[in-house]
Amino acid sequence: MTTARSEFFAGVHAQLPLLLGVIPFGLIYGALAIQLGVPASLAQAISSIVFAGAAQFVSAPLVATATPGIVIVFTVFIVNLRHALYSASLAPYLERLSPAWKMLLAYLLTDEAYAMAITHYQKDGDARFKHWFFFGTGLALWVCWQISTAIGIFVGAQVPSNWSLDFALPLTFIAIVMPMFKRRSHGLTAFVAGAAATLAMGLPYKIGLVLAVGLGIFAGMIAERGEGEWKSG
Amino acid sequence: MEIWLTILIAGLVTYTTRLSFIVTHGKLAMPRWFTRALTFVPVAVLSAIIAPEILAHENVVNFSLDNARLYAGIFAALIAWRTRNTWLTIGVGMLALFAWQAIF
Repeated sequence: MTTARSEFFAGVHAQLPLLLGVIPFGLIYGALAIQLGVPASLAQAISSIVFAGAAQFVSAPLVATATPGIVIVFTVFIVNLRHALYSASLAPYLERLSPAWKMLLAYLLTDEAYAMAITHYQKDGDARFKHWFFFGTGLALWVCWQISTAIGIFVGAQVPSNWSLDFALPLTFIAIVMPMFKRRSHGLTAFVAGAAATLAMGLPYKIGLVLAVGLGIFAGMIAERGEGEWKSG
Repeated sequence: MEIWLTILIAGLVTYTTRLSFIVTHGKLAMPRWFTRALTFVPVAVLSAIIAPEILAHENVVNFSLDNARLYAGIFAALIAWRTRNTWLTIGVGMLALFAWQAIF
């Protein structure tokens, strides 16, 4: 017998292993933002207003160097475009919810919440309270993200810059991207996007990033035709 | 003050992206190529960010042995591929960076 309460706590519980990976990410974000010169209040506010790890990492240097606002907004938009896919994937399961529930769950829709929510929605069984599972798993991540950002801001002010803390940024992205390689086309996308971004890195306002993403997607879609699943390690 | 407005708009744009298909579901149909293109976005974006970070220093591409970030990054990628563990990837990657810098 499932209840709203049991689903909520099942959602929190399901998120716990992912929190192990999210805590260092939040700590590093908080520390990095401070190291780059972003004010503590702004760094913390970004974690609750934008609430998107990768976009926060990418935009932190832009925020610190007073890059034009439109560039920051567009960069965040590009990096967060994948959330539209999560939105599309979960939409059928949320169809019957009230507008208030849809608005709440959309705010909590991150990579980690999506992974747990879609897994739960695809299981058989009582579906009446599954949105409470989504809420629990998303809220657990949100609370963890706010607290780890705050700790990172506090500790980051005391970490010497010669510790190469900034290298944790590409390392974290590496940890996120490697499990995503499920098909050969993903490998080609990564190669084309990476090479193009490196060649275009001299261009201002992350134009190279946007260009590289477009080329990478194009290459991946061409390679995708007729390919099978790629056995991953 | 302007930066706060920028962050609010960036947050609103992110929120709209997350809400997009959830509110429009059943109201409009998306072309298939668009849905397919979206599936490549995470890999493309992350690769486009990682590559210049580890391949280049101050806008100059460097494949030589004194580019510790490149070799530490490759090692970290192998760890991430085998273990899928964020903590371990970051820890091993940082240690590899320090070790490489000490040797070369």
